[in-house]
Amino acid sequence: MQHLIEMSGIKKSFAGVVALQNASLHIAPGEVHAIIGQNGAGKSTLIKILTGVYRKDAGEVMIAGIPSTISTPREAQDAGIATIYQELSLVPLRSVTENVMMGYEPRTRLGMIDWKTAHKRTREILERFGIDIDVKAQLGSYSTAIQQLVAIARAVSLNAQLVIMDEATSSLDDQEIEILFGVVRELKKAGVAVLYISHFLDELYQICDRVTIMRDGQTVGQHVIAETTKLGLISEMLGRDAAEIEAAGMTALGGGEATEPGSALFEASHISTARGLRDVSVTVRKGEIVGLGGLLGSGRTETARALFGLDTLKSGQIDNLGKGQISTPAEAIAAGIGFLTEDRKREGIVPHMSVRENMTLALLPKLTKLGKLDRKRESELVEKFIKALGIKTSGMEQPIRELSGGNQQKVLLARWLALEPEVLILDEPTRGVDVGAKFEIQSIIRSYVDNGLGVLLISSEFEELVEGADRIVVLRDGRSIKELENPGITEESLIAAIAHHHDEESAA
Amino acid sequence: MNTQNKSAFATSQNALTRMDWSQLSRHGGLIALAVILLFNLLFTPNFLHPQTLFVNISQVATIAIVAVGMTLVIATGGIDLSVGAIMALSGALAPLIFTSDFALANPELGLILSIGVPILVALACGVFNGAMVSILNVQPIVATLIFFISGRGIALVLTNGNLQTFHNPAFSYLGTGKIFGLPFQGYLVLIIAVCVWWVMAHTKFGRQLLAVGGNERAAELSGVPVKRVKIGAYVICAGLSGLAGLIVVAINSASDAARIGNLMELDAIAAAVVGGTLLQGGKAPIFGAILGAVIIQLVKYTLLANGVADEVALIAKAGIIVLAVYVQQARKE
Repeated sequence: MQHLIEMSGIKKSFAGVVALQNASLHIAPGEVHAIIGQNGAGKSTLIKILTGVYRKDAGEVMIAGIPSTISTPREAQDAGIATIYQELSLVPLRSVTENVMMGYEPRTRLGMIDWKTAHKRTREILERFGIDIDVKAQLGSYSTAIQQLVAIARAVSLNAQLVIMDEATSSLDDQEIEILFGVVRELKKAGVAVLYISHFLDELYQICDRVTIMRDGQTVGQHVIAETTKLGLISEMLGRDAAEIEAAGMTALGGGEATEPGSALFEASHISTARGLRDVSVTVRKGEIVGLGGLLGSGRTETARALFGLDTLKSGQIDNLGKGQISTPAEAIAAGIGFLTEDRKREGIVPHMSVRENMTLALLPKLTKLGKLDRKRESELVEKFIKALGIKTSGMEQPIRELSGGNQQKVLLARWLALEPEVLILDEPTRGVDVGAKFEIQSIIRSYVDNGLGVLLISSEFEELVEGADRIVVLRDGRSIKELENPGITEESLIAAIAHHHDEESAA
Repeated sequence: MNTQNKSAFATSQNALTRMDWSQLSRHGGLIALAVILLFNLLFTPNFLHPQTLFVNISQVATIAIVAVGMTLVIATGGIDLSVGAIMALSGALAPLIFTSDFALANPELGLILSIGVPILVALACGVFNGAMVSILNVQPIVATLIFFISGRGIALVLTNGNLQTFHNPAFSYLGTGKIFGLPFQGYLVLIIAVCVWWVMAHTKFGRQLLAVGGNERAAELSGVPVKRVKIGAYVICAGLSGLAGLIVVAINSASDAARIGNLMELDAIAAAVVGGTLLQGGKAPIFGAILGAVIIQLVKYTLLANGVADEVALIAKAGIIVLAVYVQQARKE
């Protein structure tokens, strides 16, 4: 059978750093094809070459048997390749119809936009995917999932032959993911191929036909997904032995020496804020990881914000053991608290700046003598952390935006570790990070905790919480409702704690 | 030739031009400067005369000084439209002070006050601009529009709209003094540029300013005092504008509040952009701004020296800005 997309022998380097060497990708028409690999393995580079964002240094790209001449994203779209990014490239303030029809609006005889036909056509397109919404409403008034589906609908209405979904499910809840999967199956039925990129391996087994595995810029395997195992895929991604991984467990946060937690670092009691915290109490002691468990919107991030001085307390108090009131991030940092935020792009990195400048941003006051920065000490520190955390970069002067997601996250982690904080708040520290980097980040955190760091861990992955935390404070609707203690917590008991209370509430 | 071949051909040609562009954009400013100099050597009469150098340095100094300040403000992601009006305000104040009876009685103190007070007033304007932007969250373009409109008005009220002429050699040294045969203000520009560059490269404030422009939320969460840093940028910009206003007055030995610093905001923004400052913030190429100022001054001079009307020179200036922005876009890739 003729392949729809055939990429082979692709090479690409950025400023001397090899991103791809001998990468290949074969997609058959109408199949759902997954690409997996660690961050930095070259997945996004390969796709950006296919969609004309980057140009290849060497290799061959064939589309339906004809050498590709795509050199801009627009040409890729015209050639039937549509990309749905994690961040949507639609206009939230305009109506659904305008978004779907943008650039291809039907015209009346007078050359005006024929809104009646436009709305009708949009409704028809969306109906194909089982979406029944008011097409005249603003796109932004719908959930992310619906917006994503609208983006897909638009792509398909432009006669896409291949839809690329880059981490499409990372911001969706379970129900929304089901809808999305339905659409993917619908696309497949219509003969449209889907290239699916995800860090969630479980998803791949649900909808993908075949999988391509990348490591260190090379394609290292291509399998029919039904013939693989999860462990096999992970070992191939990491280039390690499957048995070895199994023995080590799936997360690296747990398994530290069972040290007795030390004295309390801070005690928050009955705090509430205007942002939706009602009554949360949590204590973090030296050398322990305290998890915040709960569903989305239960007040996990809000608790972190209050502790870091971003939100003012309405009631309750935080006892910092004599370090004084904290009402700004600067004061929190001075009091020895660090906060690794959830949104790496918007709240973490300064894209134009180098790895060095990003890493020392919070440390600047401590690097300053009489107003002058100690550049030598700065370089030594950065060098040390690049080595200790295994950050993959061509040098400390490389702009951080050129690093892969996992390596950016390590730089940001180093930003806080360099401060030698007493308490570190970690909000989804391993989200959007591949299995390998995740493992590394978790072991780094654990080693600091063993040396006395207190960690407040927020994670949507129950596995990470259950294996990693010494205690879990369960939150619901802005209240801390229960505290679980390890050893003894299982995913089931955590879920039960969240759900059980739910039932009690509704019964009452 | 079939379509396939044709588009393959187009692609390779595209790649070629793109490479040229990246080369061109990296050294765009220097190349432009070389072209203008070459043109002048060939066509402008008396271009190599020392007097030409003298005139150009004394005229470029004010643009360059303001452009350095503007670069800092733009690096925070803002813009300052009030620089020209602040120049007028400080330029109007100085003669008022040193022609007063008090200053005539105490010449030394009078001189110090006539330089110090206008600059302090300018700094105060900067605090106002910065506070509007960072504390009240007013759009920079609107916040600085307040002084853009009122600053010159205040200057006109102070002087009753009169042209003030004066004879004060000590004060005029700011604009007419010479060191080794070159204008004093040329050296001043270099000193200011080196100082500001050093601050940007080697101090906490400089690093924090770039971080605020590059990602304000990330900077705030890393403990950067965002408000203070922003106010700092506007204060420095206003202070430098005040200084530039004094230099203009000193050059002319006369102060006309209606004309000092007229359209300076445009020249300064243009110089910063030509020098490679990104309008979205996060970059502050100080020496680039100086280069930009020199290019703009030379273009003005070239056209005037070759008998082209002032009005046409404005169009040429606009052309340079368009080109600079275009090259900046090409560089982003």
